[in-house]
Amino acid sequence: MAESESKRLTAAHVLEYPYRRSVGPVLGAFFSALTEQKLVGVRTRDGRVLVPPVEYDPESGESIDEIVPVGPGGVVTTWTWIEKPRPKHPLQTPFAWALVKLDGATSGMLHAVDAGSAAKMRTGMRVTPRWKESPEGTIHDIVCFQPE
Amino acid sequence: MSEITSITTPIRLDYTYTAGHATQRFLLGMAEGRILGQRCPECSKVYVPPRGACPKCGVPTTDEVEIKGKGTVTTFCIVRIPSDVLSVPPPFACAHVLLDGADLPFFALIQECPFDEVRMGMRVEAVWAPKEELAATFESIRYFRPIDEPDAPFESYKEHT
Repeated sequence: MAESESKRLTAAHVLEYPYRRSVGPVLGAFFSALTEQKLVGVRTRDGRVLVPPVEYDPESGESIDEIVPVGPGGVVTTWTWIEKPRPKHPLQTPFAWALVKLDGATSGMLHAVDAGSAAKMRTGMRVTPRWKESPEGTIHDIVCFQPE
Repeated sequence: MSEITSITTPIRLDYTYTAGHATQRFLLGMAEGRILGQRCPECSKVYVPPRGACPKCGVPTTDEVEIKGKGTVTTFCIVRIPSDVLSVPPPFACAHVLLDGADLPFFALIQECPFDEVRMGMRVEAVWAPKEELAATFESIRYFRPIDEPDAPFESYKEHT
């Protein structure tokens, strides 16, 4: 203490909610597959394949649970370049956030793409996951996607 | 394949808190073992800790007021769920303490008393950290403990419940 009144007091203030959530059978299948470096989605009654899987069809509201394998490769459908990654970003070198439509899927999954430079990014490019060495069943088991 | 049934999804926000003028006065007071509030020039209410303005009148609170460490429990709850971030083991009582001469109760831990004897109207006093441990933090007041005074009548703190 005893700082002079002219010195502004500051302090680190961390607000943290250390949530643990149960994932249920559908998302559970997705995370369980990641431990084997595999990707799965869920098929809706009208044949769309959503990745990551969801428990209810976002259009009809029907309960869905038909798990189907997808990927591992896919296509970038849209992306944005991150020139200066922030501390919590998955990569600390410039990268792209992209929607990756995995082979066999009809929806895109948000993930990082490590292409080296923005000039090498393009919509429609093929990418493949770079896996973490020891998977734990979280989305971080995919370090990022990289050009195929 | 390992079956995954749950995942951790922490949400963490890293702030740097900068004390404004009023909070700074209060915190520097804490480091000296003093409780400093501010009085509204219009409605005369005394705010501890001060925020620099009266939320009711919308005017700056410029008059500094020193408050002593005695007060009344206006409301309380018993914490029974353990957590890594708690400094004392549950069950324990957390209370709103309305300091004598102040018009805004503040949140405090009640100790040196069985948790199930804490009650509305109970008279308490601040227990400060040892002098060498006083710092510009609310934690300079370790907790409040009961004092040997009759309970305050409900009417005296009714406005704050």
